Amino acid sequence: MSKELLKGNVAIAEAALRAGLQAYFGYPITPQTELLEHLSKRMIELDRVFLQAESEVAAINMVYGAACTGVRVMSSSSSPGVSLMQEGLSYIAGSELPCVIVDIMRGGPGLGNILPSQGDYFQVTRSAGHGDYRPIVLAPASVQEAIDFTVLAFDLADKYRHLVLVVADGLIGLMMEPCELPPFQPVRTTRPDWALTGADERERNVITSIYLKGEEMEGYNIKTQERLATIRATEQRWVEHLTDDCDLLIVGYGTAGRIAYTAIDEARSKGLRVGLLRPQTLYPFPEQRVAELAEQVERLLVVEMNAGQMLEDVKLAVAGRAPVDFFGRMGGMVPMPDEIVSAIDESFAKMAQPA
Amino acid sequence: MSVIAPETMETVYSYPQSLTEKPTHYCPGCTHGIAHRLVAEALDELGLRERTVMVAPVGCSVFAYAYFNTDACEAAHGRAPAMATGIKRVDPDNIVVTYQGDGDLAAIGSADIMHVAARGDNITTIFVNNAIYGMTGGQMAPTTLPGQKTTSSPMGRNVDMTGMPIRMSEVLATLPGSAYIVRRSLHDVKHIRKAKKAILTALKVQQAGLGFSMVELLSSCPTNWGIQPVDALQWVEEHMVPYFPLGDYKIADGVADL
Ligand SMILES: Cc1ncc(C[n+]2csc(CCOP(=O)(O)OP(=O)(O)O)c2C)c(N)n1
Ligand code: SF4
Repeated sequence: MSKELLKGNVAIAEAALRAGLQAYFGYPITPQTELLEHLSKRMIELDRVFLQAESEVAAINMVYGAACTGVRVMSSSSSPGVSLMQEGLSYIAGSELPCVIVDIMRGGPGLGNILPSQGDYFQVTRSAGHGDYRPIVLAPASVQEAIDFTVLAFDLADKYRHLVLVVADGLIGLMMEPCELPPFQPVRTTRPDWALTGADERERNVITSIYLKGEEMEGYNIKTQERLATIRATEQRWVEHLTDDCDLLIVGYGTAGRIAYTAIDEARSKGLRVGLLRPQTLYPFPEQRVAELAEQVERLLVVEMNAGQMLEDVKLAVAGRAPVDFFGRMGGMVPMPDEIVSAIDESFAKMAQPA
Repeated sequence: MSVIAPETMETVYSYPQSLTEKPTHYCPGCTHGIAHRLVAEALDELGLRERTVMVAPVGCSVFAYAYFNTDACEAAHGRAPAMATGIKRVDPDNIVVTYQGDGDLAAIGSADIMHVAARGDNITTIFVNNAIYGMTGGQMAPTTLPGQKTTSSPMGRNVDMTGMPIRMSEVLATLPGSAYIVRRSLHDVKHIRKAKKAILTALKVQQAGLGFSMVELLSSCPTNWGIQPVDALQWVEEHMVPYFPLGDYKIADGVADL
């Protein structure tokens, strides 16, 4: 297939279609709306289910219902809308249903603004709603990765019967880049054996997230934790850049991680040995590799478009092996490469100081 | 399970196929049990059990999924209509039924029910209105009558402060997507029979794809009203029926031919 120039939101929508998306429910919110608009046309053309809901609360519960039927289902939103979805996300997790939710993050808290942000890191990685679980969270840094991760998200959701979030800042949603779409997968014609399709010549199926007895609820919790342990062991994804010889390791994801490449080039031209680890999965966080690299480098520098959220996961992984610095912009401000270079300079200055 | 008359050997009672044999957790004298049975009988009579998906609410009927012998799921509080929309849009040939209390439908889920009706989603809602929040121990609902004492309106519902009770059937009937909206009561045998007929019609409306159908059932909650079951039925008749008049609020074209 040849490359084409696509906007992130449209690319995600088209990738979902090609991954066999059978039902989509959503509500307009900037900077995600093109995703919904694109599907409003394409899903109908392809005779699949599209519905603009009356709110994100309704949208996520429609997703919950459609997920019960065992089809590939998705919703998308941006930060305030994802806040509204939290209860539904938790029910979906409690019911062990596969589905994909896209969050194109914007500045906050509150109504905030429509500029790119990574302020939802806690909201999406900690549990996405109430209760004791974690969704799988994929964080693309380019339009191509947004496409690839959308397809991957459906596969992971089905593989683990687990909620998967694709989380990108607004820049990735709105930016146009050359990219390649995947081939069309045929829409699944069969349903999983647990799906609610009518109890015709089989035992009836029931999908709930209620376990009144403490022992039973804990049984569910233990099962979920075992699944999450498998996910942590097998699904950590990241990319590295110039980590072989670096003294300072930058950790950044999405747009912040991408801007770090330019900053690293500049720092390297000044003779500073800087490398990058860019997490592609925020949950499971690539903790093992960060821990290994923490043994090897002198210092780490976390770069985010928030006040320091992934910073906590980095510190947990580093576990005191090396000092961790932080540079962040907030409120929809995107860090400039030279600002990151200044942060790199500061980290090196600290390294030069006697402990 | 069935009961056979010894003299005639006729079956005088049998358990609906569409109910499981699990004993319900409802309080003695609660009309939720009657409502369940009516829905199950209607599903049986129309031969719909095998392609029905029930959506249980949050409320006393949270375990409806355990009692209906169909595929079933459990919605978040108030969200059964949205969940039903998701299910029905994927599988339009299946019969999707929500079963909801008045807190669930008229308070936290008021937007959800308005919009299934507005869209004319082909689902059926069984709306059990007992003028109170049963499950959480008897707090005021949007349907609680003026002056009615509840645990959160201990001096009686003050309408100056909380407004008047919502009449959901009347509200939903104004929406063009509604095809069949009626209110019935479960306070005596005659009315229970009428309720059953209405549930049958509502399911036929869904089968025929005519739009949104809802049967509101005036029901009792002896436990949280703090009165005996028989008195509770009388209370429905004397206090609820006057404020929530029984009747047909929306009968769309085509319903009469079913
Ligand atoms: C989001 C949320 N808010 C509140 C509750 C607590 N809650 C459970 S049932 C209920 C009221 C149910 O009343 P109703 O719908 O009238 O049904 P009934 O129990 O009377 O049959 C409430 C407030 C909840 N489970 N979820
Ligand atoms: S609390 Fe009321 S509504 Fe709930 S089961 Fe008991 S009588 Fe029925």
